Amino acid sequence: MRIILFIIQKEFLQIFRNKGMLPIIFAVPIIQMIILVNAATFEMKNIDILFVDNDLSTTSKEIIEKFIGSDFFNVIGKSFSIEEAYKKIEKNEAEVFLHFPNGFERKLIREGVVDLDVEVDAVNGRAAGLITGYVSMIIKNYNQSLMIGKLVPNIKPWKIPEQINIETSYWYNPKLNYKTFMVPGILVILVTIIGIFLSGMNVVREKEIGTIEQLNVTPINKYQFIIGKLVPFLIIGLFEFAFGLVIGKLLFDIPIEGSIPLVFLCVTAFLISVLGIGLFISTMNDTQQQAMLVSYFFMMVFILMSGLFTPTESMPNWALVLNKFNPIFYFLKINRMILLKGSGFLDISKEFFSLIGLGFVMLNLAVMRYKKTL
Amino acid sequence: MTTTPNSPLSTPNSPLQTPHSQIIKVKNLVKKFGDFVANDNLTFSVEKGEIFGFLGANGAGKTTAIKQLCGLLTPTSGEAEVAGFDIFTQPEIVKKNIGYMSQKFSLYNDLTVYENIRFYGGVYGLSRKEIKERIGFLLEKLNLEHVRNTFLKDIPIGWKQKLAFSTAIIHKPKIVFLDEPTGGVDPVTRRQFWEMIYEAASDGITVFVTTHYMDEAEYCNRLSIMVDGKIVALDTPGNLKEKYESKNMDEVFIKLARNEV
Amino acid sequence: MKSFIEFIKKEFFHIFRDPRTLIILFAMPVIQLLLFGYVVTTDISDAKIAIWDKSKDEISRKLTDKILSSGYFKLASTIESHNEIEKSFKKGDVKQVIIFENNFGKNLKKERVANLQIISDASDPNIAVVLTNYTQAIVKDFIRVNKPFATSPMRIEIKPQMLYNSELKSVYMFVPGIMAMILMLICAMMTSISLTKESEMGSMEILLVSPLRPLQIIVGKVIPYVFLAFLDAVFIIQIGKMVFEVPVIGSEFLLLSVTFIYLLTALSLGIFISTVVNSQLTAMMISAVALVLPTMLLSGFIFPIDNMPVILQILSNIVPAKWFLICAKDIMLKGSGIGLIWKEVLVLSIMTIVLLAISIKRFKSRLE
Repeated sequence: MRIILFIIQKEFLQIFRNKGMLPIIFAVPIIQMIILVNAATFEMKNIDILFVDNDLSTTSKEIIEKFIGSDFFNVIGKSFSIEEAYKKIEKNEAEVFLHFPNGFERKLIREGVVDLDVEVDAVNGRAAGLITGYVSMIIKNYNQSLMIGKLVPNIKPWKIPEQINIETSYWYNPKLNYKTFMVPGILVILVTIIGIFLSGMNVVREKEIGTIEQLNVTPINKYQFIIGKLVPFLIIGLFEFAFGLVIGKLLFDIPIEGSIPLVFLCVTAFLISVLGIGLFISTMNDTQQQAMLVSYFFMMVFILMSGLFTPTESMPNWALVLNKFNPIFYFLKINRMILLKGSGFLDISKEFFSLIGLGFVMLNLAVMRYKKTL
Repeated sequence: MTTTPNSPLSTPNSPLQTPHSQIIKVKNLVKKFGDFVANDNLTFSVEKGEIFGFLGANGAGKTTAIKQLCGLLTPTSGEAEVAGFDIFTQPEIVKKNIGYMSQKFSLYNDLTVYENIRFYGGVYGLSRKEIKERIGFLLEKLNLEHVRNTFLKDIPIGWKQKLAFSTAIIHKPKIVFLDEPTGGVDPVTRRQFWEMIYEAASDGITVFVTTHYMDEAEYCNRLSIMVDGKIVALDTPGNLKEKYESKNMDEVFIKLARNEV
Repeated sequence: MKSFIEFIKKEFFHIFRDPRTLIILFAMPVIQLLLFGYVVTTDISDAKIAIWDKSKDEISRKLTDKILSSGYFKLASTIESHNEIEKSFKKGDVKQVIIFENNFGKNLKKERVANLQIISDASDPNIAVVLTNYTQAIVKDFIRVNKPFATSPMRIEIKPQMLYNSELKSVYMFVPGIMAMILMLICAMMTSISLTKESEMGSMEILLVSPLRPLQIIVGKVIPYVFLAFLDAVFIIQIGKMVFEVPVIGSEFLLLSVTFIYLLTALSLGIFISTVVNSQLTAMMISAVALVLPTMLLSGFIFPIDNMPVILQILSNIVPAKWFLICAKDIMLKGSGIGLIWKEVLVLSIMTIVLLAISIKRFKSRLE
């Protein structure tokens, strides 16, 4: 036990001696929080829209008015030339344009139905889907106004139709603030980056500078070694998490519904598995550059699959199976549940024990992979 | 299995006449890396309190041998005992009883002199009090008290070597292994370094040292000369010079290396 | 000159004999494309819901069946009390609870109006809104089918045309995005680590006393990475084309030229970082936070820049990947020529020249 303390002391000294590291440990959480949380939004606002109005009718004007009045759209102009409109899309000046051909209104009145041509820049498929959705929403509303509007005076009064009133409520985030959702997620990413990189580069650094050989002729046993390496990063990770949580509370006023000790218990379990992975990577590589690449690779895959930005439920089956080995997946879920919904230990016990299991396996792998002989 | 012409078993007695206190016993030790035989059937023993030298050109297999004795490498075959413990089955107990200073510089550049020694002292299980005492004693002896809180990267290489050696014996091991300890050091410092080695030996620490400096070889009580992974001679420097009719170790070595004997 | 060539050879050998590094660098884009293409989707299917049917009549059952057969929802549990709502949300699986009021069917028939309550777990607001919309649409449809109700006699139907990407494939965005990331990884992160290593290990001093001039050292050290990065970029484009059917409509030469300019920008950032840090760990952390993260988040790769707060929109202008992405997407998907993207190319070029000049100057002054 005393030996472990000496290793921990040495690691701390080395981490804080590194001139560049201290600012990173403090700056990274702040930068990440501010940039990531604000950048990470799929909402679409200010969609640049253009109208090619060759009809110049009341209908076309009314529709254009609806778009001007909408928060989602930013009308950049009108035009008569469809070629010009295509050109604008090509130049990224407009994202979508609506084309009202000559005779648009006449056809609507005469035939009751008319097609409206909506041309969307679909390079970003997801955005294109959303844009189409917004356009169709506005047109649908307009259709409804047509039904009761002055254009159609002679609707026969039907007998009162059946109607289902839908009352919707959004729990835990009634204002549907996306940031509330993102902050706990970003927190997880924060401790992951710090944890994996610090631990992943550590043992391999001793290999590179040659000090590992000296350690290997000492009576330090493998468990003492790995635990001595793990504890400093665990403490730094916990500190980062706490720091990030405070920033999240101060800057974004995220709710902290659940028990804070429970959150920290879970971060600890999470960090142990992440650091286990980092130390494992560190013991199996020979240069820091290699260790960095391998850590980066796993982190990328783990983060993308974790459900940070997108729901995990609809992932293909193979991805769900892989996620069983993804600590970020578990902890992301736990963290959001505890912070946003106030879930208790029983609610998250499955994920918690999965983390403990992963941590146990990873640490043992790291111990096994660390060889005191060359 | 070939027997080398100068089998250690046939060498005269060492100057230190303590026949029953062999602290290192090696028999038919073989280390192969794939097809390459780095250590070919080494057999020798080291007496307690001796300064035992391993002389050889680069790549002769000295470092490989020392790493096996320290438990850093597992031998391919053979038998070896260090400080009374089997290096195959009890490498971790062996480690408690030895000190090691590698070719590569092994202290931390980003820690101070004091922190380096404290760390290794702690790792070897010394108490805080012992560590404090020994560091004070050690720095005083080395005349390095003024750099106690200096980062290791900022002190001259000669001082670093001395510190590395002192650190390697901070826990008063039975044996210390030194793998080319004086590489890249000026002659004056080298001289001082050997004084430290003698001092350690007089404290009862057995010293096992590899070198390719012929003048250093003369300082050893006994010497084994390695060529291409084999021990080709083992005796006191005086006996070796006599046997090979040479003025100095240089000549002995060249004759052996050229296979002229 | 001869020693220079030998030096470059040594550096090449260094990278290309390390299979692990090579495998990762070439496997990573493929795996990322797979993940982005198939795993990271916003589609929702089989969302778990709970139903609290206080009425349990024919109509409520019919509506329940309709909701469950839509494909969007899967019944996790039926519940009987208010407490259970919170309980099922806290367990995390249930995303939505649908509550039928007492006498739901009777009210609908007699009063012509019935009340339905949808409660969503909005801790993920996106999912909550989407699921609520699904349910609302299903319910509206149910009413319409149940009692055919005339739609407007006059209506406008939109006919969306998806330009450049008619199937709305998300992978179209990811090929250029992943290129931007990999080039940043190789040229900035790996290079800065490799250059820092020389000074951390003290081997830079050895290089300096060699007959090589500082400029030769830096060129020699980075050339293998430039080569590797370019190879990887070509590889990604080809994989995109062959496996994911992402076209390159415009000129491939233009695309590769822009890629090369961007590559140099990343490289100069890597060199610059190596001049301000003294350990590989710091080099890596700074590259990750100051370069890779912005490349992913502030470039328009994953999140559209237009929707960000104004400050971030301004900030995004100094992210090289933003300009590269605009060029790459336009060339690949819209077939734009230099006439349409010259502004972006110019910005990128100026950035590259300035950064390259600064970082080489810093590197030289650090060595001398």
